[in-house]
Amino acid sequence: MKNEKVKEPKFHIVKRDALSMVQSWSIRIGSIVAALIFCAVIIVLLTHENPISIYGTMIKGAVGSPRRVWGLLQNVAMLLCVSLAVTPAFRMKFWNIGAEGQVLMGGLATTACMILLGNSLPTYILMPLIIITSMLAGAVWAFIPAVFKATWNTNETLFTLMMNYIAIQIVSYFAYIWSVPKGSGAIGVINGVTQKGWLPSVFGQKYFMNILIVAVLTVIIYIYLRYSKHGYEISVVGESENTAKYIGINVKKVVIRTMLLSGALCGIAGFLLVSGTDHTLTKDTAAGRGFTAIIVSWLAKFNPIYMVLTSLLIVFLQKGAVEIASVFELNDSFSDIITGIIIFFIIGSEFFINYRIKFNKKEENA
Amino acid sequence: MKKVTKILAVVLVLALAIGVFAACAKKEPTNNNNEPEKAKVKVGFIFLHDENSTYDLNFLNGAKAACEKLGVEYVLKTNIDESNDCYEAAADLADQGCNIVFADSFGHEDFLIQAAKEYKDVQFCHATGTKAHTEGLDNYHNAFASIYEGRYLAGVAAGMKLNEMIEKGTEINGTKVTADNAKIGYVGAFTYAEVISGYTSFFLGARSVCPTVTMEVQFTGSWYDETAEKEAATLLINNGCNLISQHADSMGAPTACETAGVPDVSYNGSTAEQCPNTFIVSSRINWEPYFEYIIGCVADGKAIDTDWTGTIATGSVVLTEVNEKAAAEGTQAKIDEVKAAIEAGTVKVFDTSTFTVDGKAVESYQADVDTDEAYEGDTEVIKDGAFLESNFRSAPYFDLRIDGIKLLNEKY
Repeated sequence: MKNEKVKEPKFHIVKRDALSMVQSWSIRIGSIVAALIFCAVIIVLLTHENPISIYGTMIKGAVGSPRRVWGLLQNVAMLLCVSLAVTPAFRMKFWNIGAEGQVLMGGLATTACMILLGNSLPTYILMPLIIITSMLAGAVWAFIPAVFKATWNTNETLFTLMMNYIAIQIVSYFAYIWSVPKGSGAIGVINGVTQKGWLPSVFGQKYFMNILIVAVLTVIIYIYLRYSKHGYEISVVGESENTAKYIGINVKKVVIRTMLLSGALCGIAGFLLVSGTDHTLTKDTAAGRGFTAIIVSWLAKFNPIYMVLTSLLIVFLQKGAVEIASVFELNDSFSDIITGIIIFFIIGSEFFINYRIKFNKKEENA
Repeated sequence: MKKVTKILAVVLVLALAIGVFAACAKKEPTNNNNEPEKAKVKVGFIFLHDENSTYDLNFLNGAKAACEKLGVEYVLKTNIDESNDCYEAAADLADQGCNIVFADSFGHEDFLIQAAKEYKDVQFCHATGTKAHTEGLDNYHNAFASIYEGRYLAGVAAGMKLNEMIEKGTEINGTKVTADNAKIGYVGAFTYAEVISGYTSFFLGARSVCPTVTMEVQFTGSWYDETAEKEAATLLINNGCNLISQHADSMGAPTACETAGVPDVSYNGSTAEQCPNTFIVSSRINWEPYFEYIIGCVADGKAIDTDWTGTIATGSVVLTEVNEKAAAEGTQAKIDEVKAAIEAGTVKVFDTSTFTVDGKAVESYQADVDTDEAYEGDTEVIKDGAFLESNFRSAPYFDLRIDGIKLLNEKY
């Protein structure tokens, strides 16, 4: 009878006690090393290229020249800006995946001001006007799903996602209306000669203002979430709506207010992309940042300071990946595979920080 | 502590394994230069998408073929948006030592010009753009091809197919094709000169062999939208069109035709493989001659034309093989005959005696050749009884709405 005892599993998973800073970071770094080794194997098997030269090319692609370093910082700033925007809502467990559309609407407002008012208003009125309208446009695009959520408890994930497609169509429409030459569907550089409504270059660096603005925003959002009453309310609503109600927080108000903030920050990202970077608008202006920002924010556990690191990591991988595709004439999809593997390992490491696997020892001579 | 040593050991072993792998991996290909004088040329290419887009694939193939033939070094950058990314890519290519930078998409133009102003020693070349002749930069150039000639030839093939269907009394969508109801359907992207020039030359080619034919055009508002193109083609077929052609980059229209059994003349390359029963022929621009031309210019220290227009004669305008299964008998022979006539100058595509606008012959027309805010005609383009397309700049500017062609929607 004893021999027919229930088969015990070989291992089981248990929750870890809180790990020290050093331990948790060594797991994270270990996971990146493991990811790189795993990717190297994939690279050799699929492409027969030297993995060391592939990694070398990645690094060169991301930071290989002063221009590339500035390009990297600029892209980090843009991604970080959108990530900052989605974070307050995420902390509240409001899954805003409509950042893409909110950024586009902000960009559309900037474009409208630059085209329609660029030649009639002086810069000191034009610039503030552009910033305010962009923030408003982004905020409106976030306000609509927020009101529906707060009032009728609609599903914000689907709602914000759908709002993206509406924004893309609206932008396509205006890209056609304002296209140069007419009918081509491309707006081209706006106010190329007068540079009206362009963020100015500082120290000969045209991205300096973008980077500076986002750096300031990062600090502000960090303080807002960590030390302000609003930030506290957001956390409580995120933890438990009932607790929030019990201690007298107006949940509806917090939801709408936080989404307005999210949307306005997306509007700023749209403004920086149009006025400070592209000087034009296409339906691809947001370039998927609205979705990448979700990963950035999650990986950083909704902490704005960590988000600097996670957005740097992702942009670094993207830039490096593009260079690989170019130098080794591999399809861009291959670089996406590598980026995917690395992110997968990093997310996986969070599991091992929170849980550990306990192997069941064989009982001998029971 | 023991655990740490164990992990360390595993990592080291893995690292060693990678090292071995690395040693076995393929070495970087070395470039064999047969022509040492051209070794100094390095070309950078910027593409909007990658090889999954028929439009970009056409450029990619031309770029690789030209560079490998001439043995010059090249760098390809794919998936570059029509944004500041294009400027960054162009400047980066210049930093890498490219002395020619080429971009393939219309929306890249302004960003390429921005880079051209900064890197005076590098030649910047752009396909489909319109601004080189007014920008006044020595190192910025536009290029296109007289694709309207290719469209005209494809139109001849379409006209012959219609004639055959009329003769045989073929049924399309339940109705017999007759001389009175012979109608072509055309799926266009935007009401933009490049598209108008394309469908008009196609129509004129068809009408040159099938005099009673008419045409309907449906616009999709996008250069690439498979669903919209498929829907537009289906709508045209239901409207009674007996043959379809397109100026949009997806497989939408060709597959709609294959499903409905309607003959199709596609664009940018053969769709014979996917549509064996309905594909007749396709015209496309071959960019290889242009790439060879610019590389040659830089190697020899000669100036590149501000506007370069490839023709049938330069090998830039080509037709795919005729699909014997779908095309009318004798199509290839007829195409060759008309092609020779175009090259000899005896047939002009936009001969003003072959079309009317609002019932009247066109004797004079001011086209909008210079891209400025006015959107007004600025250049007389009719001379000696023909509209001189791609003569004053490489990109098309024919935008007359001729009789016989009905636009179903003009919202784009």
